[in-house]
Amino acid sequence: MTAEHTAADTEKDARIAANRRRYEELKAAGDHAPASLPGPTPRGLPLPHGPLTREIIPAGWYHTLKLKTGEALRLALIDAPAAVSLICWNAHETTERLNYADTLKIQWTARLQKGRVLFSDMGRVMLSLIEDTSGAHDALMGGSTAASNRARYGARADVERLRNTRDNFILAAGKLGLDRRDIPPAITFFAPVGTDEGGGLVWGTDNRQAGDFVDLRAEMDLLVALSNCPHPLDPRPDYAAGAVEAIRFRATPPDLDDLCRNATPEAARGFENLAR
Amino acid sequence: MNAKGFFAAPVRDPKTAIQTHRVPAEAPWSGLVKRGQSIRIIDLEGQQAVDTLFYSAADFADRYSSQDTVRVQGAAYVTTGTRLISNEGHLMGVVTADTCGRHDTSAGACSCESNTARFGQHTRYLHACRENFVYEVTKHGMSKRDIVPNINFFMNVPIAPNGELAIVDGVSKPGDYVEIRAEMDLLCVISNCPQINNPCNGFNPTPIEVLIFAGDEG
Repeated sequence: MTAEHTAADTEKDARIAANRRRYEELKAAGDHAPASLPGPTPRGLPLPHGPLTREIIPAGWYHTLKLKTGEALRLALIDAPAAVSLICWNAHETTERLNYADTLKIQWTARLQKGRVLFSDMGRVMLSLIEDTSGAHDALMGGSTAASNRARYGARADVERLRNTRDNFILAAGKLGLDRRDIPPAITFFAPVGTDEGGGLVWGTDNRQAGDFVDLRAEMDLLVALSNCPHPLDPRPDYAAGAVEAIRFRATPPDLDDLCRNATPEAARGFENLAR
Repeated sequence: MNAKGFFAAPVRDPKTAIQTHRVPAEAPWSGLVKRGQSIRIIDLEGQQAVDTLFYSAADFADRYSSQDTVRVQGAAYVTTGTRLISNEGHLMGVVTADTCGRHDTSAGACSCESNTARFGQHTRYLHACRENFVYEVTKHGMSKRDIVPNINFFMNVPIAPNGELAIVDGVSKPGDYVEIRAEMDLLCVISNCPQINNPCNGFNPTPIEVLIFAGDEG
């Protein structure tokens, strides 16, 4: 600290004060984590339109698909608890891809539920979470790896053969003409992961059952990779998971008061960026 | 929060560093840290976020993974003892000293584009970390597709049990530092964060210093 307060110091203080003021105004104007997001979707809600394609992904396996703008993807548990990890790319410019960190940061929350959106690394919305029966998903930890399977189920020969999400995504990316460098961190649906007071990662209340689903509406043309492997925090002793159904369908076109487009000013600006 | 006493390794004399780099406010930096060497990042003036990525020097496809790191640790924040894990499951480095106590690895880097969604279109033409990262990785033959969510040293992003996430005032004081021992030959890429739209830098980006210390074998 110098005794002299120079003209440059005064200018700096003014700059800092102006930056802080802009932030305070934004914070006051924003509603970053709305308490009024709707509750979960009831199980059994039918698709609004007939399925375009339907795929059953066996436990441990992966699937790739293309979604056009306005189409949607229902991921559904059909016989037992399972977790589905998802990554995606802009179909026309694959350097634009899912960014889980921006997804959390922009919406000021690590909790994905009906009304939230998934952001790309270019400040644009890729997918809207238009229906969701559980509201308990993992946006922090990603999916399994060979190492996490080993840590979770033991270093045995039979464990080495268990499929994992990292390797599934390498295969999925490979089949789409992409490679290891193109695999972004994942978001895993149906994995109730949260944090405790100290920032420790915890597996929350597990209410998953057959009939649970999420509906994701594509907001741009997408390449999507899915992996159906048990989540590394899943406390069940066995690797066994249920099959997962991936149904592509035509979404009902969003109207002006569409929940996902209006839930937060941040999401609204993410849609604005799509239209630019 | 701003607890002290996180040292897990003998305190080194900065004069014994084999390399010293001053990184100006808002600027990028990259450099090699060989296996066994340690890199110290010093927040010279306090409250400065330092966005950091690591790549295996032998294979740039093997790079820092925030999700694998929090999974292996079982915790969302980075501090002394945190093992930094790559997307291929390799141990890249260990945080061996930390005078600050808590660093974020879930919120990623700012970008011109994410700034527009977070703060409004008028922030599009403000310098951002993704700009630094893109610019810097191209020196090493990489591109935007190689940029993944990073560690934000000295940045405080508490995640509440209800999922709420906040970016609050930086907790680091002038001279606070973090030290990472490389467990493989690493390329370290830094963006000395230019963000002025939230409290991560105290609304005032400032310079940092990067020191590299020899390993046991010199």
